[in-house]
Amino acid sequence: MIRGGAWKFAWVQARTQTAVAVAALAAAAILAAITGPRLLHFYDTVVATCGSRNDCASVTTAFLSSYRVIQVALPPVLLVAPALIGAFWGAPLVARELETGTFRLAWTQSVTRQRWLAVKLILAGLAGMAVAGLLSLILTWWFSPIDRVQMNQFTPAMFGVRGITPIGYAAFAFAFGVTAGAFIRRTIPAMAATLVVFAGARLAFSYYVRPYLITPLRATSALVMPTESGPAPPLGAGAVKPGDLVVSDQTINAAGRVIGANGGVGPNGEIGIQVTHGRPSLAGVGACPNKFPPLGGGLRGSGGQPPADFNAAVQECIDRLGIREVVTYQPLSRYWPLQWDETLIFTGLAIVLAGVCFWQVRRRLT
Amino acid sequence: MNAMIATSAVGKKYGRQWALRDCTLTIPAGKVVGLVGPNGAGKTTLLQLAAGLLTPTSGTITVLDGQPGTSPAQLARVGFVAQDAPAYARLSVAGHLRMGAWLNPDWDGAQAEHRIARLGLDPRQRAGSLSGGQRAQLALTMAVAKRPELILLDEPVASLDPLARREFLQSLMEVVAEQGTNVALSSHLVADLERVCDYLVVLAASRVQLAGEVSELLASHHRLSGPRRDPGTLPANQEVIEASHTDRQSTLLIRSDGPVLDPAWTVRPVSLDDLVLAYMSRARDAGNSRRPGLEVVR
Repeated sequence: MIRGGAWKFAWVQARTQTAVAVAALAAAAILAAITGPRLLHFYDTVVATCGSRNDCASVTTAFLSSYRVIQVALPPVLLVAPALIGAFWGAPLVARELETGTFRLAWTQSVTRQRWLAVKLILAGLAGMAVAGLLSLILTWWFSPIDRVQMNQFTPAMFGVRGITPIGYAAFAFAFGVTAGAFIRRTIPAMAATLVVFAGARLAFSYYVRPYLITPLRATSALVMPTESGPAPPLGAGAVKPGDLVVSDQTINAAGRVIGANGGVGPNGEIGIQVTHGRPSLAGVGACPNKFPPLGGGLRGSGGQPPADFNAAVQECIDRLGIREVVTYQPLSRYWPLQWDETLIFTGLAIVLAGVCFWQVRRRLT
Repeated sequence: MNAMIATSAVGKKYGRQWALRDCTLTIPAGKVVGLVGPNGAGKTTLLQLAAGLLTPTSGTITVLDGQPGTSPAQLARVGFVAQDAPAYARLSVAGHLRMGAWLNPDWDGAQAEHRIARLGLDPRQRAGSLSGGQRAQLALTMAVAKRPELILLDEPVASLDPLARREFLQSLMEVVAEQGTNVALSSHLVADLERVCDYLVVLAASRVQLAGEVSELLASHHRLSGPRRDPGTLPANQEVIEASHTDRQSTLLIRSDGPVLDPAWTVRPVSLDDLVLAYMSRARDAGNSRRPGLEVVR
């Protein structure tokens, strides 16, 4: 045998899909190369210096609306790229051979089916990981000035379309596709299974695993009532910084029992004050121990707003009842550790799936 | 090397169904072996076991004294032409030959190209657009160019028209004549095998019914006809394979080691076709008698 013959044949079978991926990557790279430097220049010369001119609000709005089409179109491409790699590269890899009977040709050449599978898994799997990684590199670079303004790269929607996690997703989706194909033995159902399971795994990981991979930090502070005007009170009395991932935000009473969420006394973040027989009480908690200002015109003062001293009385009531807010969060400094963890976990799952696939091809498909 | 294929009580089960059962065979090397039997008799299973595509559920099988499919070296010794000659539809004829060259250590590229040219195949044509006969020839070319010691062919001519069938078997015979390769091929038609095989294995109802040299099988089987009589009264060395009776006459197909001496019988030779049919119908009747419920329905 010519050395590496199995690699050459695997390449022949993979070259069409590789060409498609390379074309897509090239298009994204060209688009980014043309527009990216201008975006960066805009940021450096205008946005980064807005403080000295006191026009941050208008400048930021203008900045964030530049290249709107690219901003909207590129992240979904990276979002679905691992799923497509799993469905179109992974799922047919074994299933199509089984479906069309060509496995009888492939597995009776002078290459064992284990080696045949290993070569194909390594070649197409690494190619898929490279495609996802390069696409993410392009996006992460292009979006870096926008991310510096938005500070939202830790949110579930953004975390998976930046950095290195797409590499892990591609590995997982590809390995799942190959394995599903080896078990289901039909291409289309294997593709469908891959899409469904990959989407489920991504969502479940974003909401139920990632926030807890490292024990979240905890900040307990007085519950500060939002005022009608002015900025919202800082979470965790300033412990939670912009860009941090808030895992939970709960309100507890003096005994430490959870009585609400999202900065309120109740699941929806509301603070309800009831006045019965002239005695104010905090809904669901208890009577306020402090005196309230007389409410001549009811709760609605002039202009439909409660009077300022009423708000102060409510705040005093909250404080005297011992109500506090507990925020758990992942600081932005854990962004890269969590990126690595998630990438390694998905890659690890891919390796386990590949092992299952080997077992199936060697032992069961006989 | 003494055996092309040797099996010992080999069996293969799919779920609860035995596709091949208790198969013990020793096929000597240097033969062209025909596997004949009705559809679902276990021919494909036996060939795929020999090619290493399947592993037996029970028993053992060795091919050219090696374990099928376990190593690249063993894979290189056996060429396989699967049923319907599967090929990569979008890969060209030349692409398939390149694949063979890349995946096989002893590939004879010149011979493969020569064969393709002689068959009049366009190397640039995609395999998906080849006719069934052309695809079978491509598959045979790939199996031959691998330079194996044994070529296994699973129903190679079943889907071919009579002309393509004859051409295919002719080219197979040329390979045997030129290279002396061992060959085992299956068919459900004796006629396909009769001209090319010198060794025959009859499979039916997932079991081996008969195996032996064609010349010996023909020499040891006889068609007897004569006045009606009970087959049980025959000499011990005469085994009745098939018996039919009219009011006055009995016609028997028997296997006998020695000559038939009883002057009451008219003894005629048996055609291979009749011989195989007799064993296959015996296997079917034996299967039916084990299921009396079916008899009642009839």
